[in-house]
Amino acid sequence: MKRSILLATTVSFAAGAVAAQDNVVNVYNWSDYIAEDTLEKFEAETGIKVVYDVFDSNEVLEAKMLTGSSGYDVVVPTSDFLQRQVAAGAYQPLDKSKLPNLVNMDADLMAGAAVYDADNEYAVIYMWGTTGIGYNVGAIAERLGEDYEVNSWDLVFNPEIVSKLADCGVTLLDAPTEMIPAAMNYLGLDPRSTDKTDLEAGAALLESVRPSIRYFHSSQYINDLANGDICVSVGWSGDVFQALYRAEEAENGVEIGYVIPDEGALQWFDMLAIPVDAPHADNAHTFINFIMDAQITADITNYVWYANGNAASMPMVDEEITSNTGIFPTEAASAKLWSSKVYDARTDRTVTRLWTKVKTGQ
Amino acid sequence: MTTLQASSPWRKTAALLARFGLTGRMLVIAVPMLWLLVFFLVPFLVVLKISVADPMIARPPYSPLFVDGSIQATIGNYAYMWEDSLYINAYWSSIKIAFFSTVLALLIGYPMSYYIARSPEPKRSLLLLLIVLPFWTSFLLRVYAWIGILKTKGVLNMLLMKFGLINEPLIIMQTDVAVYIGIVYTYLPFMILPLYANLVKLDDALLEASADLGAGPISTFFRITIPLSLPGIVAGSMLVFIPAIGEFVIPALLGGPDTLMIGKILWTEFFANRDWPVASAVAIAMLLLLVIPIMLLRMAQTKGAET
Repeated sequence: MKRSILLATTVSFAAGAVAAQDNVVNVYNWSDYIAEDTLEKFEAETGIKVVYDVFDSNEVLEAKMLTGSSGYDVVVPTSDFLQRQVAAGAYQPLDKSKLPNLVNMDADLMAGAAVYDADNEYAVIYMWGTTGIGYNVGAIAERLGEDYEVNSWDLVFNPEIVSKLADCGVTLLDAPTEMIPAAMNYLGLDPRSTDKTDLEAGAALLESVRPSIRYFHSSQYINDLANGDICVSVGWSGDVFQALYRAEEAENGVEIGYVIPDEGALQWFDMLAIPVDAPHADNAHTFINFIMDAQITADITNYVWYANGNAASMPMVDEEITSNTGIFPTEAASAKLWSSKVYDARTDRTVTRLWTKVKTGQ
Repeated sequence: MTTLQASSPWRKTAALLARFGLTGRMLVIAVPMLWLLVFFLVPFLVVLKISVADPMIARPPYSPLFVDGSIQATIGNYAYMWEDSLYINAYWSSIKIAFFSTVLALLIGYPMSYYIARSPEPKRSLLLLLIVLPFWTSFLLRVYAWIGILKTKGVLNMLLMKFGLINEPLIIMQTDVAVYIGIVYTYLPFMILPLYANLVKLDDALLEASADLGAGPISTFFRITIPLSLPGIVAGSMLVFIPAIGEFVIPALLGGPDTLMIGKILWTEFFANRDWPVASAVAIAMLLLLVIPIMLLRMAQTKGAET
């Protein structure tokens, strides 16, 4: 339902852009990742037409950034991808004099993002989240007993437990740099380790549960969870909440839960950045500044159920969301979150090769 | 008089061209040749160039071919493909899936083509229209429609369970079975149309002669119809087999994690690994792999044109 509304707005904005070709901003964002009225408000306030386009994997965005001449003015890479793309020369430094709303940002979170982008030179936080476990409450109770408490990676990484869930559908993200460290963490290894034996141990664990995995995909699980076609997904926090929301809207009896497992989870930042060859860099700054408006960011968080990095927006964020520990984790849980490590080329190849082996058994 | 006036500028041009060794025939051929040059040869050379580069963190993410006037090329990417059994297994698996899909499409497509070719005229046009009708909808949408049919709580499982044929839903999505269904469904028209074009030319007199000489319908079919339709069978099979080998969308949407096809490997190399050089090497190797069936197709077509 939400998706179709979003699609309709996208089309109308794209059509509008043709009329006023010069005063536009071309935005490339993740699918289902903005409030319904954000673009409309931006157009009304600035008179700049938005051409809005979506992707569902960092890899697709990265291919476009590395090719160059993508035509986009604002893109939203995840922090570790941003770091590599900055190294490749894909982005232009932000002109902070054009971003007065930077004062709204949360200093601690921006410092966290600066691990990937020194001094926040190239990007600001759009949303952030965790990579945890989404599950179908009813299906888990049916297979593991009413008393089974979902609070551990056991649900996907313990072969004995996951095999009991195989028939109702278990899915993993198709993202090696998130799944292998999660497996390493479950084994008690450092999730940021680049040691080959550690990575291999993580991959071996994933291989041992692979017979129980229905598929590896980074967006399909949203619909499938909501429809009850699958019952456990390692997924991105806000996406699982969208599944929860859709299931509620559909009133199909599917109840979805999201948990940041006790062992810890990956914390990531999605960043707003401007490609080095952006045709409308000025408008891009205007757009980013507009997004950093406290009310606008609060509206987006209220709609997509992802945490934001905007301290000033917090009072306007729904209580239902701020009190949800799956979105804004408790301090104890926060302490166990880890950030992803940017690998050197050799480790990169090792990780992706291990991942192919995990997925295909080859 | 008028004819002479009208044709004289053309003659002048022709004479002018002839002076440079160009004839009208060559001009006609020039169009498809130019097409091939621009849309096949140039992209091929670009891919070939990338396949001998080294990957690096840059934009674009591979090393340049010319550095200070000297050529920097490596065959390391091809060597890498050879060393890792993944690629050979993926090629082999692609060939296997494409082969069995082709056989299935032939088994389903042949009776359909035969029936259409034997139908009286108005009905025949209608049936042919029905074969090409699905092309009016986007290929991608049609594959997505199959997801709706095949998924655990999809149309097929709901129907089968409603009629009590099964108790538990069949898990078809994300398996090779779904890939076969997708490929056979998508490429079936490419099998039917050349077969139809061949079968519709079949001379009834030959079948009657066969019957007169004492052959039964089955014997006639295998000894007259099949051999005569061989060019159609080969053309249809190649039109299914060749695109099926490199298929990406169908295994990506319908297949499971262990559906190993070269199109998916190519995607992984290009996107997940950011290794454009190895991806290019995989693509070049696939092209070479396809040259043999394409040659077969051409031979069949030449033969078909002669008969």
